[in-house]
This record gives sequence, structure tokens and C-alpha cells, in this order.
Amino acid sequence: MPRLSIEDLKKIRDDAKQTLTLRSGDARARITVHMGTCGISAGAREVMGALLKGIESSGITDVIVTTSGCAGLCSREPMATVELKGQPPVKYVDLKPERILRIFNEHVLGGRIVTDFALASGCETTG
Amino acid sequence: MAFRTHVLVCAGTGCVSGNSFITARTLESEIRKQGLAEEVQVIRTGCQGFCAAGPIVIVQPDGVFYCGVTAKDVPFLVQEHLLKGRPVKRLLYSPPAEKVPIPALKDIPFFAKQKLVVLRNRGAIDPERIDDYIAVDGYSALVKALTEMTAEQIINEIKRSGLRGRGGGGFPTGIKWETCRHAALHRAVEPVVVCNADEGDPGAFMDRSIIESDPHAVVEGMIIGARAVGSSEGFVYIRHEYPIARERLLKAIEQARDYGLLGKNILNTGMDFDIEIVQGAGAFVCGESTALMASLEGKVGEPRAKYIHTVEYGYKNRPTNLNNVETWANVPLIINRGAQWFASMGTGEVGENPWNGSSGTKVFSMVGKVNNTGLIEVPMGITLREIVFDIGGGIPGGNKFKAVQTGGPSGGCLPDSLLDMPVDFDSLTEAGSMMGSGGMIVMDDQTCMVDVARYFISFLTEESCGKCTPCREGLRTSLDVLERITQGKGKPEDVELLREVGEIMQDCCLCALGTSAPNPVLSTIRYFSDEYDAHIRQHTCPAGVCKELIEFLIDEEKCDGCHACFTACPVGAVAGEVKKLHNINKITCEKCGACIEMCKRNAILKVPRSQVA
Repeated sequence: MPRLSIEDLKKIRDDAKQTLTLRSGDARARITVHMGTCGISAGAREVMGALLKGIESSGITDVIVTTSGCAGLCSREPMATVELKGQPPVKYVDLKPERILRIFNEHVLGGRIVTDFALASGCETTG
Repeated sequence: MAFRTHVLVCAGTGCVSGNSFITARTLESEIRKQGLAEEVQVIRTGCQGFCAAGPIVIVQPDGVFYCGVTAKDVPFLVQEHLLKGRPVKRLLYSPPAEKVPIPALKDIPFFAKQKLVVLRNRGAIDPERIDDYIAVDGYSALVKALTEMTAEQIINEIKRSGLRGRGGGGFPTGIKWETCRHAALHRAVEPVVVCNADEGDPGAFMDRSIIESDPHAVVEGMIIGARAVGSSEGFVYIRHEYPIARERLLKAIEQARDYGLLGKNILNTGMDFDIEIVQGAGAFVCGESTALMASLEGKVGEPRAKYIHTVEYGYKNRPTNLNNVETWANVPLIINRGAQWFASMGTGEVGENPWNGSSGTKVFSMVGKVNNTGLIEVPMGITLREIVFDIGGGIPGGNKFKAVQTGGPSGGCLPDSLLDMPVDFDSLTEAGSMMGSGGMIVMDDQTCMVDVARYFISFLTEESCGKCTPCREGLRTSLDVLERITQGKGKPEDVELLREVGEIMQDCCLCALGTSAPNPVLSTIRYFSDEYDAHIRQHTCPAGVCKELIEFLIDEEKCDGCHACFTACPVGAVAGEVKKLHNINKITCEKCGACIEMCKRNAILKVPRSQVA
């Protein structure tokens, strides 16, 4: 990667913003698995593994899977956030491999929030 | 003057990075252009919680919720809605067809009372991708600091923000930077900047989580700090026990180097700066500034007296600017959004004196007997009650709240009478505790406060480096006395002895480990003296924790002979046959509590030893 000038930095910002906000681009959804130490020790890696396998076997290619840090509510880890294009993100708690697969099938593919493990929708309050 | 309509523009971090400030400014100028300035007011609000669809604009009293409003939507919006009163369908938020059957995050108390500044990107960006950080305006504060501000201006901005050291000391960051810069200029020696990530408090994980969720924020803060003090060399001292945090930080530093944000000639501005990660070996005392620097130099991690400050003579006798992870992570936002914005959060008026009040937010890790354990960020000045009961969701199992310990192992335990106290640096110190780095341990009525004091003193006794006598001997003595009390062998004069030893340590110890170590003892004596009395005079432990003072007994009326306790007992102390009354052998019983956990009928009681024949 070449060294950046200030203009390059702005360009990266504009490009990266597009993918981060899901507002444009072709992806229909983004699934974020929260991988802080708390999440990992509660089984986030297994959840992630199952999710990737599930997506692969479904043949779907327009879903972004990404990782992020702890979502704050360590007592309910593993957690994941599912965001469908144009809809508020939904936070899921107490996940297991079979639960994330159900969420992928019912929420991401079917559009129905899996209320059994859904905590809430929306984003956190930032300063 | 009364306005007929208010236009609320979200100015939370999420929307701001979606250019909501430009939307707001365009709204204002367009409103003026249309001659509505006397009727319509634009207000910048805090986060609306729907960052994914920002910039959010709400028109009140109509209650119309717009999302994704950019500057080019504004003329049409003003003309249609504000002038003609017709909501703009195109920009309206359309909820998913099916009614959302789950609550909004903002309506859940755990999230509703939090305000994310340092943790603004938690759970939202991939910490291992620098482009994600850049997308949320990452490194734009660095650009501002390097191209638009002098070192003095940066320092002044930090000073006026009222940012105080988040590692626990609460020293104004701006003053520290200024002193370091002056020392370096005066002595003509190049200063060093250091990030203290040696978080050693049991039950505390603020710094770990910040690095794991947003390592670039720390890196960016450090580069800005280096620019302010005039340094080209930085260190992160991180403990060995944080492998994921270390890995992510390492990756962040490598990515920043690849992009030319670290190294020679940063962003072609002529500034040089690089960061090296140094691993600590897990000694608690190495979180102390002088011990940390000794360890950085490869020496034994022991503190020294601080009549000469480390900002003047620190690492290898160079002026050294040491700040905690959370402090560094606050810096980019203060530079980006201004001192005033930061000072508007929290308590007190900063004005010209950064010692005034506690501004901004604080990250706490909440653990112990509380329903929602986790990592929280709240504005300074929030009450303990809001933290424990609203965010924490109260005490599990129907038990009662007894105390909350703030500030890690050497913090104090505060009782329910202080629950309405605001959480800021000065109030906590006044109450005999401290902010510390932000560990918060909640205790319920099943907790024995004498035993808690004993536990923390035993931790500190092991972690004391032993260099100075008051700490080494004071802790040993305190531990002996506390152990004696928890065994029912306490003497009436013991409380006075503990107090005396504690006060000597506060006055005489070499470093903050020692001077703050008596806090758990002194605060429990101050607020829970009745428990010390019960142990010493009645030889009972009211909470039923101290093993030497209690016996386990089976309630004859409740026991139905289910045999579960028999199976659970690891030492075979339970006797009894199925469907018959069981009993516990006092001599072999180790009081581990395994039987209590298994008994569905709550038939196993902890009774004071004195009541058992």
C-alpha cells in the first residue's frame, strides 16, 4: 500500500463509507459477529464458523460478514448484529452455531426477525 | 421569541460522520433564504440511535422522521415541508413491512443511559481494517492537528476540554502535555510518549475492550499527542495477558505505517513518529508510571519517589508523556469536535482551569452481583444508582444491594446511602473511594465486607513490589489482622489498628499502589463498621461467608430426602438415604456450598457457629 497524502485519505474515507453504511452497493445485508475477548470465550468463533459455512452452502454471495469488538453486554455474548439494507440493525444475544444459522435463514434470507434471540433494534447513543 | 417549528438535526458521531453538520448548516441558510428564520429553528441534537440511516432530521411538532438527509435534499425539504407543510415522502423513514416485534435499543435501559464517545465505534467497525476506521472519520483529527493547528493550539484545546487522566489519577491531560513540551524544549531533549495499557485491576477490562474494538483511535490519539509534545518515539506498554488486544494493536500500527500515518514524514507534513509495543509480564505495580518506565528500560518494575516528575525525567531520563488507553482514545474526538463539545458533557465548568469538574464520559466495566455485566460508557456525573439499577439492571436472584466498589482493588466500597452520589473524580475521592481506571464491582447482601477487604488486601500484598516499608509491612499487617477477624479471632482494638496502619500508608508509601491500598479497608470500616463488630464481638459473619464462623445445617422441615446434596458433596460430608432426612457432618464439611446450589428446597442453612451445639 502506497503512503497516503491527505487527499488520498479523504478518498479512502468516501469509498469506505459506502461499504460501511450499506446505503449503496450490492450487498443485501451485513452480519457483524462481535469478537471481543468476552465474545470469543463465550463461543463467538464457533458462531462465526457456522455462519460462514452456512452462507457458503447456501450459495448466497451478497451478504457481508464482518467482525467487530465487544458490544458491551458481555453477559449476553456471543452477540451479532444483523443489518438488512434500509432497516435498522438488529442485535442478537446468547448465540450458538445453530441459532446463527436460523437467524441467517429466517432474518437475512426471509426478512423475519428471529424474536427468540433478538435483543433490540437500532444503534447506540453516541456523544 | 417562539418558533412554530423546530428542525432537529442529529449531531451524534454516526450522523456527523455522515456530514450532518453540513446538512444543518445548509438547512439554516436555506431557511434564511426562504424567509423562515423567525419561524423555524434548527437544533443539533444528541444521537437518535438510528445511525445506520443518518443524517437523521426530525421536524417537530409534526413528528416527521427523515433519514439520509444530505445538503442537496435540503432546498426541496425546506420548500416542501417547512414552507408548504407537505412532508417529503422520498426521505421519510419507511419501517419494514412487518411491525418490528422487538424493542428499540434506545428503549432498553442498559443502552439508553449510555453515551458512547470513546466506544463510539464499538461493535460498528471492524477493528482490523484501517479503512473502516477511516470511514468513520478516523485520522481526520490527525490531519487537522498536523495542518491547521500548532502544538500550542493542540495543547490548549485539550486543556480547555477538561480531559483528565482516565487511568485513575485524574490529572489534567493538557497540563501534562504542556509540562512535557516545556521540559523537552527547556532541556533540549526529545520527549517520549507512552500509552499505559497495563490494566491490572481484577475485574476491569476497559482498556482491553477499547483496544479490541477501536485500536486506531488509540494510535491516532498518540500521534496527535506526539505532535503536541514534539516527540518522534512512542511506546505502548501492554500486559501479556491481553493477546487479542495486542494482536489488533499490532495490526493497527502496521496498517498505519503502510499508509504513512506512522513513520517518517507522516502525510507528507514532515512529522516523524513511530510506535513500538512492549509487553509487560503481568505485574500489577507496572501500571504505576515510574515502575512502568523502569520496566520499559528493561529494569525491575519498581516505582521510585516522584519529587522529580516523569514528564521531566522519565524513560531513560527523557521527558515522558504517559497517558492511559482511554485518555488517548478521547483525543481525536476532542480535536475534531472541539474542547467545548467535550466540556459540555460531565460535571463542573472547565473554563480556564482543567482541574474544575470532570468533563466527558467514563468507561466502566461492571461486574459482580449485577444482572447486566458488561462494558459501559456513561457521561460523568451520572449517579451510582443509575449505573447499578438502570444500566446494570439491579441485583440478580432477588437479593439486596449492599455495596459497589469503584476504582479496582484499591478503590473503596460505597454503601447504598451513597447511591445517589454523582460519579466524578472529586465526589468519589471525597467518599473515600476513587475513580481509578473504571472497574466497578457490585456486591449484594450475600457478600461479607470484611472478607472483601481481606480479599483485596491479599491481592495487593502479593502485588506490592516490597520496595518501601510502609507498603510492604503495612499490607502484611493489615492482611494478618483481617484474616484474624474473618476467623473470629479478632480483638476489640483491631479496627483501630487497621485504621492507623492505613493512614500511615496513605501518608508514607512511595507510589499510588501503596497510598491507595488501604482504601478497601478504610472504606469498609467507615461504612460497614457493624460487620467488623459482628465478627469481632459476636464472632458471627452476618452474610454467612466467613467459613470459620458458620456451620452448614439441614432444615429438618424443608428436607424431603431428594439426595441431591449427598451426590453433590465432594468430600462425603452429607449422610442420609433417599426420602429420609439428611444431615451434614460438621467435621468433614468444607463449606464449599456445592450442596446449597443443588438443593431445590432451600433446606440447607448457614448458621452462626455459636448457635450450633
